[in-house]
Amino acid sequence: MIFLFATPMSFGFGNFLLPLLLGTRDMAFPRLNAFTYWVFTFAGVILFSSLLFGRAPNGGWFAYVPLTGPKYQPGINMDVYSLGLLFLGVSTTSGSINFIATSLKLRAPGMTLNRVPIFVWALVVTAFLLIFALPPLNTANAMLFLDRRFGTRFFQPDAGGDVVLWQHLFWLFGHPDVYIIVLPALGIVSAIIPTFSRRPIMAYPLLVLAMVAVGIISFGVWVHHMFAVGLPQLSLTFFSAASMIVTIPSGIQMFAWVGTMLMGRVVLGVPMMWAMGFLVVFVIGGVTGVMFGIVPFDQQVTDSYFVVAHFHYVLFGGAVFPVIGGVFYWWPKTTGRLTGVRGGQWSFWLVFAGFNLTFFPMHISGLLGMPRRVYTYPGGLDWDLWNLLSSLGAYLLLAGLLVTLGTFAHSLWKGAQAPPDPWGGETLEWATASPPRPYNFPVIPTVHSVHPLWDQGSLDSFAEGARFKDRVLAEGHELLVTSELDAEPEVALEMPEHTPVPFFTAVSLFLAVLGLLLGVYVLAVAAGVVAVLVIGRWLWPRWSRREAGHAPGEKARETAERDAAAEQEAEKEKTEKGAGA
Amino acid sequence: MAGLWWLMFGISLFVTAVIVVLVLWAATRRRRPGVRARMDTGQRYVTITGIILPAIVLVLVYVISLPTLRAIGDPKDPDQLTIDLLGHQWWWEVSYPGSGVVTANEIHMPTGRTVHLRLRTADVNHSFWAPQLNVKTDLVAGRTNHLWLRTDRPGVYRGQRAEYCGLQHARMAFHVVAQPPAEFAAWLTGQARPAPAPPGGLAAQGLRVLESGSCASCHAVRGTTANGRIGPDLTHLASRRYLAAGTVPNTRGYLGGWISNSQTIKPGNRMPPQPLGSEQLQALIAYLETLR
Repeated sequence: MIFLFATPMSFGFGNFLLPLLLGTRDMAFPRLNAFTYWVFTFAGVILFSSLLFGRAPNGGWFAYVPLTGPKYQPGINMDVYSLGLLFLGVSTTSGSINFIATSLKLRAPGMTLNRVPIFVWALVVTAFLLIFALPPLNTANAMLFLDRRFGTRFFQPDAGGDVVLWQHLFWLFGHPDVYIIVLPALGIVSAIIPTFSRRPIMAYPLLVLAMVAVGIISFGVWVHHMFAVGLPQLSLTFFSAASMIVTIPSGIQMFAWVGTMLMGRVVLGVPMMWAMGFLVVFVIGGVTGVMFGIVPFDQQVTDSYFVVAHFHYVLFGGAVFPVIGGVFYWWPKTTGRLTGVRGGQWSFWLVFAGFNLTFFPMHISGLLGMPRRVYTYPGGLDWDLWNLLSSLGAYLLLAGLLVTLGTFAHSLWKGAQAPPDPWGGETLEWATASPPRPYNFPVIPTVHSVHPLWDQGSLDSFAEGARFKDRVLAEGHELLVTSELDAEPEVALEMPEHTPVPFFTAVSLFLAVLGLLLGVYVLAVAAGVVAVLVIGRWLWPRWSRREAGHAPGEKARETAERDAAAEQEAEKEKTEKGAGA
Repeated sequence: MAGLWWLMFGISLFVTAVIVVLVLWAATRRRRPGVRARMDTGQRYVTITGIILPAIVLVLVYVISLPTLRAIGDPKDPDQLTIDLLGHQWWWEVSYPGSGVVTANEIHMPTGRTVHLRLRTADVNHSFWAPQLNVKTDLVAGRTNHLWLRTDRPGVYRGQRAEYCGLQHARMAFHVVAQPPAEFAAWLTGQARPAPAPPGGLAAQGLRVLESGSCASCHAVRGTTANGRIGPDLTHLASRRYLAAGTVPNTRGYLGGWISNSQTIKPGNRMPPQPLGSEQLQALIAYLETLR
């Protein structure tokens, strides 16, 4: 749920939407993108197939040592965890690099940093978080694997190791991971609310600052997962204060969304219902989150059902509600079909009711002293009623999710054709066909504001841009590279053609991981060597194309020069016109 | 602690109510046709509601919480009673330093006196939590953690471990028995005595089963040759309220069932089924019941 759904789901949205939102035709590194996809798939195969063989990881998602060490968990279950996550990390890290490069270099001309859609900001902050948060997790998992397989003693106290080290490393990843999961979802909300409030998002600069601030602060609060470990009280007070501060960026976003709705004219479309449901649920997860920042309270309710309730309000309410809302929002764009309104409303209300009935009673059972992760408990402790309510809620939630799936299936089967812009959206993706052509934009537009589809200048640029050679789809594989801050056009970039090399790289890494996992080290080494060779082939300069007169950059430079001239002319024309008027 | 909770609860309720009301209002109000959305950026409004107000509330709550944090720390009480707690998969070993008393899953403490718990683990990480008495404190491999309890109300308080510790994480409860000081002193003296000699007959036969069978390799009964240190000390087994870390009540039936095949009661626990004949089993139960 955390590693293979919640963390990477932003990549699904991102891969499809990032080029559309930025007004470009592809991600910066399409081959790296294919590679991340295949690595993600194979890592998922490793982690999930372990269920079929009865070898699934069995130490909880944070896998505390020594329970997960060789002594208490023999067998390969926990090796599946450590190696599977290391392998998955390769995919996530490469994907993040691709997101950052794309967002910095491929924005449509005129999309200066203060005109970048909030959702893109969210994805970029998430990508930076991943790049900095994964190394501690990878380190910990490598140490765990060495401990389990090769007899090192990183986590064995009787040999001078330290089990608390694992907890520090894990939560140094684990807390930022909460924001890795939630930030893209908050970005989705920031995309939905202005569209359905019929006005631009409120306090845009503060929202962007809030996201960046969350990203930075989230690295300074990990110890609040460890308040009961027995660390000195003085250091707990620092982490307690830091945990309180992280509330403020969330407060900024919450009031900016509510303010946007109040100042606008709310249209109750289905995506908007999910966003509003999110606001209500997320604020409850937020206030209980503040409580967890208070050390004595945390020590009382941590590892109880209260914390289960809290993080489901944050992660289900904060991430799954916006994600479903986002799927409803972009469904017409992705599939070219509209979804049924009544089905969407039913799915929302059922999930909203089911979710609250499932998770709200857990606050109470937790306060009554019920610990988490128990498969049974004795009767007569006043927990029975609340657990019964949670169970009923779970069925209701299931019904709601089935209706949601049914609504989407019905749309694919019988849904009406979607126009390019069914909601009256503000960002560039709504200017493309539904579903978009493989090249997204026949003409790369010029962006004049943070909501280009609501301003005439940006709309006109689709026609005007046709005059610039590098913005028109010429030979099918060209992107416009712009500068990082001000999105000034730099060069037209030719994209690579189709190739199976990323797939083979992923396969050879997959075999190397399998070799390590099963203890067939010959296979691991051989596959590793193959991987190096395939990557060498991947990075080898493309001589053949250079010989054919397609030196990379040369043609791009030509078009760039030509366009610079054309632009100057256009500028001159404009000023002359201005002077004439 | 309770005051802090109600303060946070009140603030939380207020914030949630404000957001819910605003969202509902925005969603349901009817605007006259022709009224257009207002386009101002609202920067000042967000600065006040999203930054300044929350900052004041947060600082306030944080400062108010600090005395509570201090209160649960070391009270520096010279008259404190020290108890050692050793976590096992999946039971608790309780010992009272200086008295020779070793018991399991039942922690007796005097009322009106500070009790200092030293928490260690024999295997994986556990966490000690008696919700009515104390905040959670983990038992961390390779470390000793400290916890201070104090209560003025006699009674039996249920508690359990709260850090996931493997298969039978769910069945690892304990009971804290708070007693008036005199009663506690009497209990401690009783527990310090070795096991009484069996009155003869069936019970004496039971002692032989215990000493000669596999029981003695894991369990200790002070005053006999049984001195295993792997499982719980059984010297005063019959005085305890529950078996197997709060799993089942300590009655004759459960005791017999537990000895013959504890795996049906608490699957995965470390005690293997005991292939005893019915006569031997009856004798063993009879003996164990004398261990008061």
